[in-house]
Amino acid sequence: MNATAASEGPTRTSQPRVGLFVTCLVDIIRPSVGFAAVKLLEDAGCKVIVPSQTCCGQPAYNSGDRATAKTLALQAIEAFEDCDYVVAPSGSCGGMLVKHYPDLFAGEPDLAERAERFAEKSHELVSFLVDVLGVQKVAARYDGTVAYHDSCAGLRELGVKAQPRRLLAGVEGLTLVELDQAETCCGFGGLFAAKYGELSNAIVARKADDIRGAKADIVLAGDLGCLLNMAGKLQREGSAVKARHVAEILAGMADGPAIGESQKGPRQ
Amino acid sequence: MNEVATSAHFKENAHEALTDARLQGALGFSRNFVGRRAAAVARLPEFDALRDSARAIKDHTLAHLDLYLEAYERKVRESGGEVHYAQDAEEARQIVIDLCKSMGAKSVTKGKSMISEEIGLNHALEAAGIEAVETDLGEYIIQLRGETPSHIIAPAIHLTAKDVEQEFRRAHRDLPPDRSLAEPEQLLSEARQVLRAKFLAADVGITGANFLIAETGTSIIVTNEGNGDLTQILPQAHIVIASIEKVVPTLEDAAQLLRVLARSATGQDASVYTTLSTGPRRPHDPDGPRAYHVVLLDNGRSAMLGGEFEDMLRCIRCGACMNHCPVYQAVGGHAYGWVYPGPMGAVLTPSLIGVAEGGQLPNASTFCGRCEEVCPVRIPLPNMMRHWREREFERRLSPAPLRYGLGFWAFFASRPALYRLSADLAARAMHLAGRGKGRFSWLPFAGGWTRYRDLAAPEGATFQSQWRARSGAVR
Repeated sequence: MNATAASEGPTRTSQPRVGLFVTCLVDIIRPSVGFAAVKLLEDAGCKVIVPSQTCCGQPAYNSGDRATAKTLALQAIEAFEDCDYVVAPSGSCGGMLVKHYPDLFAGEPDLAERAERFAEKSHELVSFLVDVLGVQKVAARYDGTVAYHDSCAGLRELGVKAQPRRLLAGVEGLTLVELDQAETCCGFGGLFAAKYGELSNAIVARKADDIRGAKADIVLAGDLGCLLNMAGKLQREGSAVKARHVAEILAGMADGPAIGESQKGPRQ
Repeated sequence: MNEVATSAHFKENAHEALTDARLQGALGFSRNFVGRRAAAVARLPEFDALRDSARAIKDHTLAHLDLYLEAYERKVRESGGEVHYAQDAEEARQIVIDLCKSMGAKSVTKGKSMISEEIGLNHALEAAGIEAVETDLGEYIIQLRGETPSHIIAPAIHLTAKDVEQEFRRAHRDLPPDRSLAEPEQLLSEARQVLRAKFLAADVGITGANFLIAETGTSIIVTNEGNGDLTQILPQAHIVIASIEKVVPTLEDAAQLLRVLARSATGQDASVYTTLSTGPRRPHDPDGPRAYHVVLLDNGRSAMLGGEFEDMLRCIRCGACMNHCPVYQAVGGHAYGWVYPGPMGAVLTPSLIGVAEGGQLPNASTFCGRCEEVCPVRIPLPNMMRHWREREFERRLSPAPLRYGLGFWAFFASRPALYRLSADLAARAMHLAGRGKGRFSWLPFAGGWTRYRDLAAPEGATFQSQWRARSGAVR
């Protein structure tokens, strides 16, 4: 099967250097999502590099701590200076790089211009594969029924909606079902989930109902934050529905334990 | 003095709302608006272009607000009406009460007005010995119950038909116990019967305004019940109370805004009634009030002009942001603790009553962005909530654990080598701790999460650590 497509983009004469912005949550909790992203990017003809990195600064930015957010933004901009592209397996962190970095430096022309240039080369993973690299189909197989949750920042800040569905449609053996409320927030909201735990729980409880109603084996999304929230709720409720990052399925790397599942435990 | 706020206790209010089974049952209805708006928008291909035009109209007006207010005032006077400016809630109440007293008014009917709620007008009228009767069905119901609106266009949305029946049986003393009120139409006809007498007896009618037209001195209200028309036509005097940002230059502008208003609000192409009133009754008019007054309220709005919250003044009060908000859908409007709930309330409340009092509201958002996505005048609501968080952080009003926690985390996050090392150690340690199940059902310092959900344990070494090991640490 054809693993990738669009090997001759008009602007690419050599292999693009893609810096993987791995994101804190993937780095610490689920590195396998990072390796899935690397595989997808390499299969699509990219040279993947992983500069030393920490956090995009979004927790500070959304908590009103603009100074810390700027420090971390500049740190990231410098770390990825020599990359043609910066790609994150997250619409939320991707949205921070693409939409909010330029806002952070509004009023500081030199820095704003750097942030703008950085934003232009930054992308969320799946939309990068489809929209920039022109990938039409991935070489993956998954026998099962999946539902896809549209994580808010990816959907509304970056327009990630059709791209993951397009690639999932090409996965052998996979049946995609739609959630009734795919575009409704899962209640994660970063620190919101901890600061307003009870409220966040009420929102994710409704999302869990929706997921169970869709009769899928597995719920996918493009953001680990939302996935931890949905997986944690489904598990607490004793549901058999599993959760995975969409990149795991697209990379054909869904044979390890699902999110929050035991390495030793029975495989689903 | 504005209406008393409990916004600072949002978390406690939300807890009450979430554990109120009756309320949770009633709240399902607000979600119906989502599908209705989507259907209305789908029927109008130029809807997004109309939103751009609506935003432009409001931005233009706000940039020249003084000019349009003066033009509006001139036209109202030319048509025989009077305009009164009120700096704050106290002044607005006093103007209305003085007007009522000067006309010897004993009873007042009221069309639906959020400005009336903002200034606490009903209490003030009653304290002055004037009976105030809300005539919008939802407003009438919550007035009987001594409540405030829980939604800006559907004030009684927190109640079920059963609750309304109980309220009518309690409040309408001469209602025969065997009369059925099981159907919504029966409730409606009961309210109509009681309100008809009030309409006919009222000395003054008070309405709000959806738009004020500078070129003609006209005020426009949109209603679905026609109660606004009876409120403003039958009594001897009509008092319009409106905030200053309601003015738009022309009737054509208002017509454009009306095209996005009802669709965004209820999913109707247009409200059942769109009523224009210009001045008092003219000699050849068959009916209408003998006196026409407009009270224009500032109450903190002019201070928003030219600042980072100016965009909020574009708001046309459709309620789409709250209808689509996961937080509003979960807790309803009363939890927000003041007059304006939902995302628009989360931005407006700190502007009008201060960040110390209203600062919780812009924090209680997941930033999902759906409010901005559906706003007919494209107000960047999440960005503005973030601005409030910044103001709060600058003034050190954010909770201490959050500030110290952020500081601790920032220390590591701004030192990549240290971060990589400590993140790797933490991930490995937590992996071992969670080994049995691959997840935690309880974790110290994460009670807000693990009380309700499991938390996945790290897989082991961090990605960065594994990547470096794999690449021989040459990169």
